Amino acid sequence: MSKLAIRGVTRVFPGVRGRAPVKALEPIDLDVADNDFICILGPSGCGKSTLLRIVAGLAEPSAGEVRLDGRAISGPGPDRGMVFQSYTLFPWLTVRGNICFGLNEKGLSKAEQRARADEFIGRVGLTGFEDHFPRQLSGGMQQRTALARALATDPELLLLDEPFGALDNQTRALMQELLLGIWEAHRKTVLFVTHDIDEAIFLATRVVVMSARPGRIKCDIPIALDHPRRYTVKTTPEFAAYKARLTDEIRDEAIRAIALEA
Amino acid sequence: MKRSPFTPLRPLSPGVRVALGIAFFVAFVALWAQATYGGWVRPLFLASPGSAVVAGVTLFTEYGFAFDIAVTIWRVVGGFIVAAVIAVPLGIAMGAFKPVEAFFEPFISFARYLPASAFIPLLILWAGIGETQKLAVIFIGSFFQLVLMVAVIVGATRIDLVEAAYTLGARPSGIVRRVMLPNAAPQIAETLRLVLGWAWTYVIVAELIGAQTGIGHMIMDSQRLLDTGQMIFGIVTIGVIGLVTDLLFKEANRRLFPWFQAS
Repeated sequence: MSKLAIRGVTRVFPGVRGRAPVKALEPIDLDVADNDFICILGPSGCGKSTLLRIVAGLAEPSAGEVRLDGRAISGPGPDRGMVFQSYTLFPWLTVRGNICFGLNEKGLSKAEQRARADEFIGRVGLTGFEDHFPRQLSGGMQQRTALARALATDPELLLLDEPFGALDNQTRALMQELLLGIWEAHRKTVLFVTHDIDEAIFLATRVVVMSARPGRIKCDIPIALDHPRRYTVKTTPEFAAYKARLTDEIRDEAIRAIALEA
Repeated sequence: MKRSPFTPLRPLSPGVRVALGIAFFVAFVALWAQATYGGWVRPLFLASPGSAVVAGVTLFTEYGFAFDIAVTIWRVVGGFIVAAVIAVPLGIAMGAFKPVEAFFEPFISFARYLPASAFIPLLILWAGIGETQKLAVIFIGSFFQLVLMVAVIVGATRIDLVEAAYTLGARPSGIVRRVMLPNAAPQIAETLRLVLGWAWTYVIVAELIGAQTGIGHMIMDSQRLLDTGQMIFGIVTIGVIGLVTDLLFKEANRRLFPWFQAS
């Protein structure tokens, strides 16, 4: 049985002021195995974030269902940790306070919360910044904290919605290595939404390409690059071959997406 | 390139800022002194700065003005606290829960335009001319404003913060308690500071009619005696108290909410 099963999930936004309803997602079927790292790759507006929000329980599918470990998802919960593209650290809490938020909801004692928070602060390389407030941190540090916050509650599934989208290129590459290193060391089932082809190939064990609106799964490509992966893998011929293939797939969709906007 | 200090949004050094602020006070008093001592205005209409200070000293030493000040502060603070204790929770409930907002918002939006001072005759009829009536004026003047402003602040909680809390296992009560409240707290404190300033204007109006004590009553009495020195001293006293409470409030907010970026 797969860890996560998405069955016939669709999403239709009702038409505004008499206009026709907008189909965001065609029926989507996707199975994710335990400890898979899936990157959902698609042009902007293809509904990939909508799909992730449905899995998170933050949006309702118009039809179909999502099952995690066989149980149907009916709303958000701590079994699915999420990192958002926007900076969503609670500004009134320190780095440690943010990470303790979910641990507190879980009912851990103060001492347990603190120990666990400090462990994850170490894991994302923020030791020494425990008592900083979010506004004192760079974007990359904020997203590292958000990652630690999502991982600390030990979710079954980690959802990431273009988490490095707002970061500069160098920071973004380092964040990818950090995330991959954590995944290689601790394993976790991950759904990662992105429109960056290199990012998808570098991180994923499977890349799922989505079409332009209405979104459907266009192809599903396993990435057979060895682990642990170093940043040098990005310049290998194997990586380039994946990139050539995915660039073709995504280019057609990007052209269609632009035509839709016009 | 040397840029003019009048370049838009160009920052100012703190020293220059304070110096300019004091300079206007000095210029203001100088103009006042020139107008009175220079004979531009007759003393009947405007007392000189010197006689205002003398009047002030007399007020404290002979007329127990300190008691009037205490009474006025008690009325403002008392009425304001009663208003805040009810308005803040109600505003939070309205901001967080749409049915509560739909139920109260239209009426409160209407009630907020009812001028507090226009209620004074009615309130005298209902509550007499005692302290209850004074507190009621302050309450009416600040309650409706506070409710609406708090509701707007709480209702504007960033939805992505709420969603992040949900994915961390928060339940609806936790969203209100652990996200909406701490998120809104600094802005609510700022709103309290602002509305407290308005409450000061209502208390004086309340004391002009049917009062035996208070700064407003003293000003009213001084008018009968044509003592412009006392009147001016009373008005300045209110200004000073307002300025001091404002600074205290600001400092308290700064200490309570170090994470809040006052940009």
